[in-house]
Amino acid sequence: MKPGLTVGETLRAHGVTRRGFLKYCAAVTSLMALPPSSLKAVAAALEAARRPSVIWLSFQECTGCTESLTRSADASIEELIFNAISLDYHHTLQAASGAAAEAAREQAMHDNYGNYLLVVDGSIPMADAGYSTIAGISNRDMLLETAAGAAAIVSVGTCAAFGGIPAARPNPTGAVPVSELITDKPIINVPGCPPIPVVITGVLVQYLTFGLPDLDAQGRPLAFYGQSIHDRCYRRPFYDKGLFADSFDDEGAKKGWCLYKLGCRGPTTYNACATAKWNNGTSFPIESGHPCLGCSEPDFWDAGSFYHALSTPTEAIGEAAVYAAGGGLLVGAAVGAAHQRRKRKAVDSHRKVSLDDIDEGAAK
Amino acid sequence: MDKAGAIAIEIEPAAITTGNVLPLLHELQHALLRFQIDGSEHCIDVNSLPLSEQDHRQLESVLGRGEVHARLQALGDSEITETRIPGIWRVVHANAEGAVVGRFLEVTACPSILKTQQPDITDGIAHLQRLIDELPGADQ
Repeated sequence: MKPGLTVGETLRAHGVTRRGFLKYCAAVTSLMALPPSSLKAVAAALEAARRPSVIWLSFQECTGCTESLTRSADASIEELIFNAISLDYHHTLQAASGAAAEAAREQAMHDNYGNYLLVVDGSIPMADAGYSTIAGISNRDMLLETAAGAAAIVSVGTCAAFGGIPAARPNPTGAVPVSELITDKPIINVPGCPPIPVVITGVLVQYLTFGLPDLDAQGRPLAFYGQSIHDRCYRRPFYDKGLFADSFDDEGAKKGWCLYKLGCRGPTTYNACATAKWNNGTSFPIESGHPCLGCSEPDFWDAGSFYHALSTPTEAIGEAAVYAAGGGLLVGAAVGAAHQRRKRKAVDSHRKVSLDDIDEGAAK
Repeated sequence: MDKAGAIAIEIEPAAITTGNVLPLLHELQHALLRFQIDGSEHCIDVNSLPLSEQDHRQLESVLGRGEVHARLQALGDSEITETRIPGIWRVVHANAEGAVVGRFLEVTACPSILKTQQPDITDGIAHLQRLIDELPGADQ
């Protein structure tokens, strides 16, 4: 692909028509929770945006984030937009290996110094550099060297954003997120285990069109992580009415009632699953009958059992839900605060999830 | 009856309703009134609203289908249908795999995605000229 082309020109070179492009913009505008009236602004900005050079570094990770993106669907719209960037280094995807691959990274850094976008997935081991190296270079050294010339960094996945599963207690590798090592560059956190494919590309689109996005306190783009799963959940009306599933196969579960009592993290989890959904829009965990695990939140792995309700006294939920009918959000917030305290406590005591927890959750 | 057939499988009808259809219809009604008065268009992003399968079916059955149905083939199929309420259009975008990536209700005389865009007209003029030039006897 020729360098210097705009995104619009590149997509048309791939055979995407202007109506097709408008359609893509409509889908992205919807996903970013922007009002449909902003479609024209998104389309105009994206049409004129220059393709950025992107360097993608993978550290302590399972490749699930890359899989999420590349397996989303062949020839999908997401893949097309992925083609609209110039991916100059990604050691899982590129054909070159060894010294040739590292040469590609150095070349891209040299050619676009100060302007390239750095995408990172995986956490960085600090206990011993030998835990994870690429071409003999420690993850820490490669991150520091590559970040120095980056315009901005996108931390893809919960590992890069918050440490994720490698950083779960007892964190044997001393894993840290990108933000702990890099403090002088804008960092956009795109957590999720893995993140929703269209959210990954959506963040890239947002960066191309409007520059650095507005971020929440956890460094996540508000456009995609601005609302909780709970707020956009189609089962929310049952929460408001106090109708809950008490086990995975009771009457409430069959009727599709709220999974709050079964440990759903929807009220404290900020992500776009409820609207963007998974597997080509098929469903999302709650729609499949399982509570949200909260994978886009820090320390989700150490926050106690996935099958305990967020608020400790589960007996009180029925009562709380009566008030929730009038002010569901407030109850959600109160429960959220209670959960934060509980999470800290659970983190401190490093409570492991046992089979009993799961049985207990299922039997409730 | 074989053993597998002896297992009673109960399939629950998906009858969840969120109660969000009625306010949505009111929003459309107000948007239509506004469109009638000052011509301002309105667009509702249906996918961003918490609606169940049952709600979607109810919405479909209330709005129905009108006279116009267009199919756009670009990055997968898009269905653009005027509902039985003139001025309310249903626009559903699917990707190449058939998965729905956008679902909108537009209050307008004609959805913008159906209109030919200016740059395409410019390209079209050049294309037509090439076709004319290629005709036998065009250079005489």
